[in-house]
Amino acid sequence: MADAHPTLAEQFDDLPQQRNAALLGMWTFLATEVLFFGGLFLSYTIYRHAYYEAFEEAGRHVKILYGSINTALLLTSSLTMSLAIHSAQVGQQRLLVRFLRLTIFLGICFLVVKGMEYKSDIDEHFVPGARFEHGLPAQAQIFWFLYWIMTGVHSLHLLVGIGLLVVITWMARKGRFSEHYNNPVVISGLYWHFVDVIWVWLYALFYLVNRN
Amino acid sequence: MTSPEIKIIPRNTYLLVWGVLMFLLLLNFGLAEIRLGPFNLVVSLAVAFIQTLLMLLYLMHARYDSGLTRLFVIVGFVWLLIMFDLVLSDYLTRGGVPSTLRDSWKHGAWPAATNNFPAGFSTNGR
Repeated sequence: MADAHPTLAEQFDDLPQQRNAALLGMWTFLATEVLFFGGLFLSYTIYRHAYYEAFEEAGRHVKILYGSINTALLLTSSLTMSLAIHSAQVGQQRLLVRFLRLTIFLGICFLVVKGMEYKSDIDEHFVPGARFEHGLPAQAQIFWFLYWIMTGVHSLHLLVGIGLLVVITWMARKGRFSEHYNNPVVISGLYWHFVDVIWVWLYALFYLVNRN
Repeated sequence: MTSPEIKIIPRNTYLLVWGVLMFLLLLNFGLAEIRLGPFNLVVSLAVAFIQTLLMLLYLMHARYDSGLTRLFVIVGFVWLLIMFDLVLSDYLTRGGVPSTLRDSWKHGAWPAATNNFPAGFSTNGR
């Protein structure tokens, strides 16, 4: 094609097709992520069903304040991520960089709060093992084991997301994106929102459902 | 193949969705403090489900994607349901199934067990 856009790869007919291919690829990856976390959610379901009382008692010791602040932080970071995508789509370069930085900042805030929560969990011996002594049923350790694994893997995903956005911000500052080409921003946004979706369920299952 | 034009979602939509998400967070937080018995679980998960739907449809713009992309979004969760269905149909029905073949006649599902099994055959769980 003689009049092809410079950011259009040669295997695609036009920019929307290129964009749809990128979206499809990302959603395929996210489907595997759904199953990855799904296995952990399934373990939670089975053990909560089997050891209902132990889960209830163990769940009362999870620190809801940290969890709620973190949910608000992540939901807001999803807003700034969406606004970054919008800025890219209308070609506002400086606003794009600003919103990306804000998103990274909120992501780091989440990890700091999570770190503080982990610290107090460790100090109060809520790590499964020999020092787990609370007069709780033995199966309470399963709850805490799932808590550490699931929130830990989630935090790792967030860390990857922050790394991704650092690269995207660097590319944005170099002027790689425009209203015609912004697929990497959109794709990274999908990943970021997905990590947020996972957290919403972690918040419900670990912080909320065992409070009463 | 013709491709649909890219839909740019207006800023106000994002702000509105964020407002609703934050409201649902507060709602979920508040409802968890109230004793609803078994409904605490239902309510918490229902709110999380609505939040997920809002994020998928608007923030992840699944609502505006092509049919093929939307199919992939749905299929990801259908697989999740299949996994839950197959595993839970085992775990949740274990109490209702006789633990050994020898006891199975009590449930009426099998003919009464005899001891005339071939040599080397052991009934499960004995």
